[in-house]
Amino acid sequence: MRELPQFGLIWVYLAASPLLGLTLTLCAYVVAYWIYSRCKFSPLANPVAIAIALVSTVLLLSGMPYSEYFAGAQFVHFLLGPATVALAIPLARQLPRLRKSFLPLACGLLAGSTTAIVSAVVLTILLGGSPQLAFSIGPKSATTPIAMGVAEKLGGLPALTAVLVISTGIFGAVAARFLFNRMRIDSPEVRGFALGVTSHGIGTARAFQVNQEMGAFAGLGMGLNGVLTAFLAPWLIPVFVGLLAR
Amino acid sequence: MLASFATLLVFQCLGEGITFALKLPIPGPVVGMLLLFFTLVAYPPLLDRIEATGSELLRHLSLLFVPAGVGIVAAAGQVRGHWLTIILAVAVSTLLTLAVTAAVTRAVMDWQNRQNRQNQHGDSGKKDGEGDHA
Repeated sequence: MRELPQFGLIWVYLAASPLLGLTLTLCAYVVAYWIYSRCKFSPLANPVAIAIALVSTVLLLSGMPYSEYFAGAQFVHFLLGPATVALAIPLARQLPRLRKSFLPLACGLLAGSTTAIVSAVVLTILLGGSPQLAFSIGPKSATTPIAMGVAEKLGGLPALTAVLVISTGIFGAVAARFLFNRMRIDSPEVRGFALGVTSHGIGTARAFQVNQEMGAFAGLGMGLNGVLTAFLAPWLIPVFVGLLAR
Repeated sequence: MLASFATLLVFQCLGEGITFALKLPIPGPVVGMLLLFFTLVAYPPLLDRIEATGSELLRHLSLLFVPAGVGIVAAAGQVRGHWLTIILAVAVSTLLTLAVTAAVTRAVMDWQNRQNRQNQHGDSGKKDGEGDHA
């Protein structure tokens, strides 16, 4: 019992600097990745989901506010920018195959992007959600910064959108293998592309863990759907919300 | 390694600058990605130089989503009582999107392959007995 106040003091001291948030994020990810590898890289043991659960548990138990955690974790968060730019590299590598599949990819993208936006909005309203919730959920298949920007412009809750985007990413990355196997889709191009369009960066991360080719097409799907959602969602979402919410 | 990372950052800066100047609704890094892509296509030697660093960064892409995902702790209060709606809408819509994208992409790919085969030989030798069910 004598040690406890001491430990509490050290925690308070450390929590005040960005170091703790950063350390927590990296350690949680190392543990999550270890679990993922022990599960033979099964999609069910998604490392993003496990790491988020670990960090959230620590925050809830210690009472550390999210803003304080993020002061440290933002250094990791920042790397999303250069990593997005780096997606051009596998894309350029796959250029010849990309040229060959231009028409199928364009058709799949248009169908998938529209499905993602319309189905999310329609389901939310039909299940009794508010228009504000529909605005927040509509752009969920786009990569986090795009989705948050769209939600903000429409009057949704950007912080909620970030969580919904990541949930979509994790759920898609977990479910894709089972769904595609059931649909008998074997081509890594099609599997990767659909995963990238639906589950943006998290789907792309999962695809890269399967193989480089699937990753490259997932990165392409993610980039294209991000751009398309930025254009489609701002007018598609209000139309359907207006139609359904009386 | 440092030079490659600097290259990525330069392209991100260009992307951010362009989105800001033209008031585009797209985030800067996505514009940066498109710019780098066209640069790599125009000047392939750059690809070999930055590929190692880029692949290393992409190998740990999952890690980079953890900080934003932990935001669920902060967002939980905003949607009390709507969890079931949210979970159902996200799950069903995600499955639909995966299925529709994959089915449409494959259907057009199969159609394209059939066209190509018919153009090459007068008659197609093989038949692929795959049905498209979403």
